[in-house]
Amino acid sequence: MRLSRPARGVLSIVTGLILLVIYLPLMVVLVNSFSTSTSLVWPPPGLTLEWWGRAFQSEGALDAVLTSVQIALIATLVSLVLGTLISLALQRFAFFGREAVSLLVILPIALPGIITGIALNNAFRTILGVQLSIATVIVAHATFCIVTVFNNVIARLRRLGTSYEEASADLGAGLWTTFRLVTFPQLRSALLAGGLLAFALSFDEIIVTTFTAGAGVKTLPIWILDNLFRPSQAPIVNVIAVVLVLMSIIPIYIAQRIAGAEKVSR
Amino acid sequence: MTADRPAIRLTGLTKSFGGTANAVDGIDLDIAEGEFFSMLGPSGSGKTTVLRLIAGFEQPTAGTVSLLGEDVTDRAPFDRDVNTVFQDYALFPHMSVLDNVAYGLRVRGVPRRQRHAQARQALETVRLGGFGDRKPGQLSGGQRQRVALARATVVRPKVLLLDEPLGALDLKLREQMQVELKELQRELGITFIFVTHDQEEALTLSDRIAVFNEGRIEQLGTPAEIYDRPLSPFVAAFVGTSNIFPDALSRAVLGRVGMHALRPEKVTVGRADAALSTQRTAPGTLAEVIYVGSTSRLIVDLDAGMRIIALEQNDAHRVTEDERGSRVSVGWQDGDIVALEKATAVTTDPATVPATVPATVPAPKHTTDTAR
Repeated sequence: MRLSRPARGVLSIVTGLILLVIYLPLMVVLVNSFSTSTSLVWPPPGLTLEWWGRAFQSEGALDAVLTSVQIALIATLVSLVLGTLISLALQRFAFFGREAVSLLVILPIALPGIITGIALNNAFRTILGVQLSIATVIVAHATFCIVTVFNNVIARLRRLGTSYEEASADLGAGLWTTFRLVTFPQLRSALLAGGLLAFALSFDEIIVTTFTAGAGVKTLPIWILDNLFRPSQAPIVNVIAVVLVLMSIIPIYIAQRIAGAEKVSR
Repeated sequence: MTADRPAIRLTGLTKSFGGTANAVDGIDLDIAEGEFFSMLGPSGSGKTTVLRLIAGFEQPTAGTVSLLGEDVTDRAPFDRDVNTVFQDYALFPHMSVLDNVAYGLRVRGVPRRQRHAQARQALETVRLGGFGDRKPGQLSGGQRQRVALARATVVRPKVLLLDEPLGALDLKLREQMQVELKELQRELGITFIFVTHDQEEALTLSDRIAVFNEGRIEQLGTPAEIYDRPLSPFVAAFVGTSNIFPDALSRAVLGRVGMHALRPEKVTVGRADAALSTQRTAPGTLAEVIYVGSTSRLIVDLDAGMRIIALEQNDAHRVTEDERGSRVSVGWQDGDIVALEKATAVTTDPATVPATVPATVPAPKHTTDTAR
């Protein structure tokens, strides 16, 4: 497809502007992490590495990162297992209420976090009588993390069709063997993509977490919010933010590589 | 190998997908051991559904499937000693060719070394000896076809089901694979059940053919019986091409009562003034001459009000192509007229369309059979 010169020019400028709006603030955060000022003033009066050094010794920050990683990992794992099972059920078997179940599974991702948070908080404390803890956060996160896994896996199952599974059964393999040797290997990249998204969703979740976290549980987003406006901590928050940006590039890069490789192999 | 213990016996087999008509409508059929049996029919005629019922991918609404005298109607696909070569081959894309072929042995618990040896041998028989390490995606259509054959036969099933296995191949390759299939079947001595919409393929390969139409078997017989003695207008028109004479025209042209068919290659055409050596003749006008390489198709409008097709070899005598519109004489032998006893189910009802249409339109060529 060919575009006229002016059209190309305009589109390049618009694209540039949009990218600027997204990435300029991130650059500010990066520069601020080296600023000598403690109160996020612009432009920075001077540059220093002090905050980077302090950030990696800040126990609160490191604990929060560990907590968040732990929650995100377990929530992702739970979502992978449950999401795959429900996808298989909905895509490969016909049963009464299939449409309704499908809707109910997807719904949590559309629900406002504050509703989910209040509802779960209520359910945990008053109905189930469970103490809020790290486990309650994991359960809460899994309710919407399942959706990303479910969406990826069910789309893959739909595209695969049933002919590989039929061929496997035809050659003498039972249900479990067919899943292990034929279905699962074909789902791997969909599981990875869904899992990465689930991890990211859980990692930066703040609203539901606020309502379901036990007293001592501090995830990274909550820690950042707590410390952002404390004068001595703001620069450290900037450092953590920069580290997180760098870290999130990795899964996105992997996910893109997978998507690219898939296209080539088909 | 006894008559009361056929490889496959279908009794009253019926499958409904909830529509008004049954996809498969009360099929009774015996297929003998070692037979090369074809199910021929247009898409939607139920042949693929019958195959899937035999394989166990579908459960019949009524009726039974027996394998070597044993009722397997309620058994799962992995519990039946039949294997399928799928239309789209369904080779596992994440496994090497060798692992694909060895799959059936693997799930039966055959040790790695032994199953690889057997798989290699199976690949050898389909002349793909050196291809074991490749992925299915790296093979051509014909090679994938052979891998699918090797994969389905390496476990020595009692019956091999083939669902339009040559449909995706080009003409040359298809002809070559036809020969190979036939040889493979003889070599293995396995019963082959072959589903196709291609009448030529069915005629070439089969010991017996069942012609399917609207969920029923329209006619069952050897290729020669099906071609030479079609019982119904549907079979006469679907298997090869036929000039079909509805009752009125049969009386007028042939002097017989009932519906009749006449193959185009049995019709001779000569100049109106020349005497034909055939028993019967009728006058007409040459409407069209279509050159098709080794033969020519002559279309003649009979004075009796019917269009008739004649097929002539392009070697000897010919009414020349420039005689379009000229008066001709059409001739045939009495013995070549086939009475169509079963006047059932013609897809295009001869009563509602110009009488000769089903006769002049060659059997439709469908590229895929989507009937499930």
